Amino acid sequence: MTIESLAVIVIHLALAVTLTPVLIGVMRTTRARLEGRVGGGVWQPWRDLRKLLSKQPTRAPGSTPVLTLAPILLMASSLMLCALIPLVSTVALPGVPGDLFVVVGVLLLGTVALALLGLESGTAFGGMGSSRHMVIAALVEPTVLLSIYALSVPAGTSALAAIVQARLADSASLLNPVSLLAIFALVVVVIAETGRLPVDNPSTHLELTMIHEAMILESGGRDLGWLELGSWLRLTALLGVVANLALPWGVGQDAAPLSLLVGVAAITVKLLVLGAALAAAEVFIAKLRLFRVPELLAGSFVMAFLSVSASYLVF
Amino acid sequence: MTTARLLKLIARTGRVAEPLDRGDYGLQLRDGFVAPRTLRGSVQVRHVDAGSCNGCELELGAAFGPVYDAERIGARLVASPRHADVVAVTGVVTQNMAEPLLNTVDATPHPRVVVSIGDCTRGCGEFVNSYAVAGSVDDIVDVDVHIPGCPPPPGAIIAALRAVTGR
Repeated sequence: MTIESLAVIVIHLALAVTLTPVLIGVMRTTRARLEGRVGGGVWQPWRDLRKLLSKQPTRAPGSTPVLTLAPILLMASSLMLCALIPLVSTVALPGVPGDLFVVVGVLLLGTVALALLGLESGTAFGGMGSSRHMVIAALVEPTVLLSIYALSVPAGTSALAAIVQARLADSASLLNPVSLLAIFALVVVVIAETGRLPVDNPSTHLELTMIHEAMILESGGRDLGWLELGSWLRLTALLGVVANLALPWGVGQDAAPLSLLVGVAAITVKLLVLGAALAAAEVFIAKLRLFRVPELLAGSFVMAFLSVSASYLVF
Repeated sequence: MTTARLLKLIARTGRVAEPLDRGDYGLQLRDGFVAPRTLRGSVQVRHVDAGSCNGCELELGAAFGPVYDAERIGARLVASPRHADVVAVTGVVTQNMAEPLLNTVDATPHPRVVVSIGDCTRGCGEFVNSYAVAGSVDDIVDVDVHIPGCPPPPGAIIAALRAVTGR
């Protein structure tokens, strides 16, 4: 059992690290094609990452160890997130709870590392980015908890792997209002948490609109490489959770080689299709004013709340 | 614009990017300049306007626009010198911009490449001997690649970036 779950975790990490740059490449290429550009190609994020990781960072004199440690903490928390959630298989490591509270806690660890990094530089943009990031995190985390909690009521457990397993066994529950409301709320908060449009624009350089970019302005070289990969991994992990909760087919239920292979193929297809759809949808929307972002997130919180209420009425 | 009209526009427009311009444009490389191996296939560009008339900025904007599409050779404009591999400098260096230019180049991690765009960056062009000018770009920093022209066409800027990325 332990060997099996270790194998599953190794597969999760290897898949996440290799697939993530391709996912970002597919998203950027989709957007470029819809805008009439050619784009850098699907492998461009790989090239960027390889280059960044082989570059020596330039750190400002007087900078504290936070500048070095925050990227590592973000990277570690993202890897842990990818290990905990059921991407390929629902086999869980005994003794380590793949509980939704643990997952949200690990997510918050990366968020706090990024916010500290923004504050560390002591520049106006860094502090502004950090404060905006924490505002969004404070609105996002309760919704993540509540929407997955709504899905955990019918399953009778708060472990993500068990929830996915229960939804796989009972496919009729995928289309009931509880599930639809919760998934919709989750999609909105995933978009907010990973800094996509309409909450944050990942390709902006306009100082007054940036959130994520503003916090990482002072990091370069290797530090920036870890920050980029860490935040991309969060996107993979959260999209993976949404994909496997909304469409749980293909997720392996044991550690047999065949079911793992099917699981890897299924999550790869799901992530790439979902990523391309997200990128295509982003072409049609503009960034929201920052003061209207809480309204969007409050809306998704209401949906998650309704979903929880409904789950007690239905079950 | 409604979603349906935007979809129609996307379908009608198709691809606006022109085929990649592979001209030479008389780039002047520093003696013994070899593009760093690390930067093959991917460069991030930080643009510094040291006192330009904004002619070169228009061309730089066009080079990263949809028609010339510098992104396909792996180049991207970034918001911070810490993220950059290439510092692209335009214009003569005015008294007020000499120090910020030096600071920007200093803040860029190694290996870095300094690209100077336009005739003003070598010999000050129209603005030679002005009281407001501290010198041309190659008086202040070591320039690796110089793009001649007043202003140089976007294809020349693409050629200079291709000399660095090798794509």
